[in-house]
Amino acid sequence: MKSAPFDYAIPNSLGEALEILAKNDPDEVKILAGGQSLMPLLNMRLARPELLLDLGGIADLDYIRETEAGVAIGAMTTKRAVEISELIRSQHPLFLESTLAIGHPPIRNRGTVGGSMVQADPASEYPAVALALGAEFSVVGPAGERTIAAEDFFLTYLTTSLEPGEILTEVRIPRLPEGSGWAFQELARRHGDFAIVGAIVVLALEADVIVDPRIVIFGAADRAIRIPEAEALLTGARIADEVFDEVSARVAAAIEDPLADTHASEEYRRELAGVLSGRALREAAERVGS
Amino acid sequence: MTTARRVCVRVNGQSHEALVDPRMTLADFLRHELRLTATHVGCEHGVCGVCNVLLDGRAVRSCLTLAVQVDGREIRTVEGLAQGGKLHALQEAFREEHGLQCGFCTGGFMLAVCELLENNPHPSEAEILDTVGGQICRCTGYRAILRAVHNAVARVGAATE
Repeated sequence: MKSAPFDYAIPNSLGEALEILAKNDPDEVKILAGGQSLMPLLNMRLARPELLLDLGGIADLDYIRETEAGVAIGAMTTKRAVEISELIRSQHPLFLESTLAIGHPPIRNRGTVGGSMVQADPASEYPAVALALGAEFSVVGPAGERTIAAEDFFLTYLTTSLEPGEILTEVRIPRLPEGSGWAFQELARRHGDFAIVGAIVVLALEADVIVDPRIVIFGAADRAIRIPEAEALLTGARIADEVFDEVSARVAAAIEDPLADTHASEEYRRELAGVLSGRALREAAERVGS
Repeated sequence: MTTARRVCVRVNGQSHEALVDPRMTLADFLRHELRLTATHVGCEHGVCGVCNVLLDGRAVRSCLTLAVQVDGREIRTVEGLAQGGKLHALQEAFREEHGLQCGFCTGGFMLAVCELLENNPHPSEAEILDTVGGQICRCTGYRAILRAVHNAVARVGAATE
């Protein structure tokens, strides 16, 4: 037995879960989704909640539904369900590829879409892909329901704009416009590990010039970040190696205060952000129009 | 003090009922309460994979699952692989290809691969590597394990044709 003692509640409805949250000191409650990040924190006693609130009893948080704009995914849907969903496989290739980069089958069998988003690990794939695709988050709390855009959801290390007492219920991911190019690149020590650095690129072409590009880097800062100055440089440009070299140099230069740890130094992460964004730009350009 | 909770669970086809402390992991429940010690415990934070069990047919880390979470569910452990005194195809394959040395990690590998083959009897090389890559073995260098997996794929394929 590794965790410090805690009480456990497994409500059957969202209303009941919100009531339990409201009745307890928010600092003493941890919400359990798939547990693939929280359980290690408990086992290592880095988290010592008094109450563990398991959302696993709420059946209507587990779904993948097609919407007009894309797909709506219940917060408790496992990554495995995403991976084997025909809808995701046929219409959301970037979301699928980022899912397959997460952990291994036993981790994806338990880990949830909502859990990874709320965990907000700076090296995690889902917050980055949410930012690249312009995802939206539905949350409920004592004041009712609200929608948060991906740009406003991830604040810093392991921190989102969820208020105490609020629960994430749904993630909505827009479909990429037809003919868009996309690419997902990451470097990890082993497949399935958290990224040392990763890059996601989404772009479209209109009359042979690039429009609406998005460049997201993860694992290099306190959260996944877009690189507006590199996106601006790409907007209106034609597909050309010189352009991609210039844009990826701009990406590297934009990484202001990269993480440094046993896996990689600041310099290495900055360099990787440039190299991986360059590869992602070329890969996305190859996919445009196909 | 925290409140113990009643858990009813089927393990390898047999029903069990117990009062458990909420913080007890499924791995500790299987080992300490049910005395099913083939489920090993290594890193206890989800990395090594020796504690894999099948939860409703899906491989999960029993160190990252609480016993209270499996109330009403169906578990299979390494003890449930052999049937009627006859080794499972995976066990035969690991034995034949020397897919183990010390054996500490072997059960975790077999259950991860068991899930793969039960859902997909003809996995691609990439799917095999994704599955095996989620497990840590410090003895074999993985070549013999991959040979054992291919051997098991052939056995399962032959059995289903």
